[in-house]
Amino acid sequence: MVSVDVQGSSNALIQVRSLEKTYHRGSEELHVLQRLDLDVEAGDFVAFMGPSGSGKSTLLNLLGGLDTPTSGSIKVAGDEITRLSAGELTQWRARHVGFVFQMYNLIPVLTAYQNVELPLLLTSLSRSERRRHVEAAMALVGVADRMQHYPGQLSGGQGQRVGIARALVADPTFLLCDEPTGDLDRKSADEIMDLITRLSEEQGKTVLLVTHDPLAAQRAGAVLHLEKGVLVEAAIARTAG
Amino acid sequence: MKSLPLLLANLRRKKVRTTLTVGSFAVALFLYGILAVVRGAFSQGVDVAGVDRLVIINKVSLIQPLPVSYQERLRRIPGVKDVTYASWFGGVYQDERNFFPIFGIDMNTYRSVFPEFAISEDQWKAFLEDREGAVVGEGLVERFGWKLGDRIPIKGTIFPGTWEFNIRAIYKGAQLQTDVTQFWFRGDMLEERKPFQKGMVGWYTVRTTSPDESVSVAKAIDEMFSNSQWETKTETEKSFAASFVKQMGNIEFLILTIGGVVFFTLLLVTGNTMAIAVRERVRELAVLKAIGYSNSSVLFLVLMESLVIAALGGGAGLLLAKLFTLRGDPTGGLLPFFYLPPQAIISGLALALGIGAIAGITPAISAMRLRVVDALRRV
Repeated sequence: MVSVDVQGSSNALIQVRSLEKTYHRGSEELHVLQRLDLDVEAGDFVAFMGPSGSGKSTLLNLLGGLDTPTSGSIKVAGDEITRLSAGELTQWRARHVGFVFQMYNLIPVLTAYQNVELPLLLTSLSRSERRRHVEAAMALVGVADRMQHYPGQLSGGQGQRVGIARALVADPTFLLCDEPTGDLDRKSADEIMDLITRLSEEQGKTVLLVTHDPLAAQRAGAVLHLEKGVLVEAAIARTAG
Repeated sequence: MKSLPLLLANLRRKKVRTTLTVGSFAVALFLYGILAVVRGAFSQGVDVAGVDRLVIINKVSLIQPLPVSYQERLRRIPGVKDVTYASWFGGVYQDERNFFPIFGIDMNTYRSVFPEFAISEDQWKAFLEDREGAVVGEGLVERFGWKLGDRIPIKGTIFPGTWEFNIRAIYKGAQLQTDVTQFWFRGDMLEERKPFQKGMVGWYTVRTTSPDESVSVAKAIDEMFSNSQWETKTETEKSFAASFVKQMGNIEFLILTIGGVVFFTLLLVTGNTMAIAVRERVRELAVLKAIGYSNSSVLFLVLMESLVIAALGGGAGLLLAKLFTLRGDPTGGLLPFFYLPPQAIISGLALALGIGAIAGITPAISAMRLRVVDALRRV
């Protein structure tokens, strides 16, 4: 269950304590995140909403180990990631985080299969094991028949499915989805949200979603609103209590 | 090499650009190969010069002769093992384009001083027995389709008239670089028939008892003939060959200058190409880093791309140069040793890879230092 404003330690999968991120623009200090506390349990599906500049993406970058906070701590499955070196953080990301981007960010010169295989190239899996994992991930997201297609030959929805397969293939601890439906029409957006919801509900994946789309956010178990770097409202919806 | 598909896919991404960059390497390395061949052709004499041989010429210039009587006096100098002489004949076969060196030689001593010219005993004996006999290199035999027993007319350019010779022996080179395009005939026949310069020869070659004796023997020779009518200048064969090459201009400098300009331009072209390639792929590189590719993996990917381009282009250029040299000397005899040696191919490949590495390193470092968050924000 998602908890905000929590203190002390807990058994949550993701524990965020007193998290702050400040940018300096000349002499001006920009407090993007201010003393943020948050617990996310394994299997939670959490959506972050808020206006542009509210700190959603910054929070997602910090949770994904792409950026480092000004102060505070982030523990994921017991690892204090704010203390990791850049190299350690890279390895940590490969093991624990599956990124789903708004623009899919597929490599255009690789086939869908090769794109999904990319995270597995960092593992010690054999070629045949990698093939098994890639085929399973692509089947799970419904693009098994598009393996040899290049990103340019896929529709937006198919491209995002391949992006999700790439995020899933190495079986990460949690998925970070940054506006995954932002570039899609309504129908495709709904299909993608159906897929993400299914991954959460049926596969037990922990999902952190940043979105502007209220319909997408509705699918989450919990919706957290950020405003000027502060969690101002926690709407606990549907399954979460 | 799990990233090979990505590496190859990146090379195929902009086919025209990759082809042009590979082509630049190919052209540059082809030129390098040809320059190496030309340099080798000019310095061939220097490379194969005997360490225990001294060349004695007239102090005034190479074209001034020396008395034949010097041979016995040279032989008596301590440290001298053998002495031979030769005279430049300066003739042409059929056509002035058919240039090759023609010497009148001292047939009694020439072979022992120049053992690198391999001749069978029976052919050499036939040469000694025929006053109009000639020994020709296998290069000339191949070029003109000659065979033993052929009668070859040579039109004299220094000594007038048409001189006819019978091919009695064909020599092979003991080393790859040995010049196999020479034509020798008997010095006693030249002495008998030439209308002027009687009792004179072109130059002497001395073989010393040991290479360590060369300096002292050379000094003794020049001292012996100082203040005479025909003073001498004695050098080691290597130094003589090097100064002979220098008479044609500073070939080494010319080749280095041309090569330097070409390779510097290539460096700029490739560096620019790689910088553009990385700039175009900032988001993709950021994604790779986001999903767990380390800084060194990203550096390796970009650097390898540059190195593969260099290796492909360099290899193609050197292969073309090699194929070009297989057709033989295209100058009709000016560069008899027209050969691209394996060392030049290896150093050419190393040079190409070096340029590929230098051109790729800056873009590779910038890719490595890319901040994922900033790069993903870029559109």
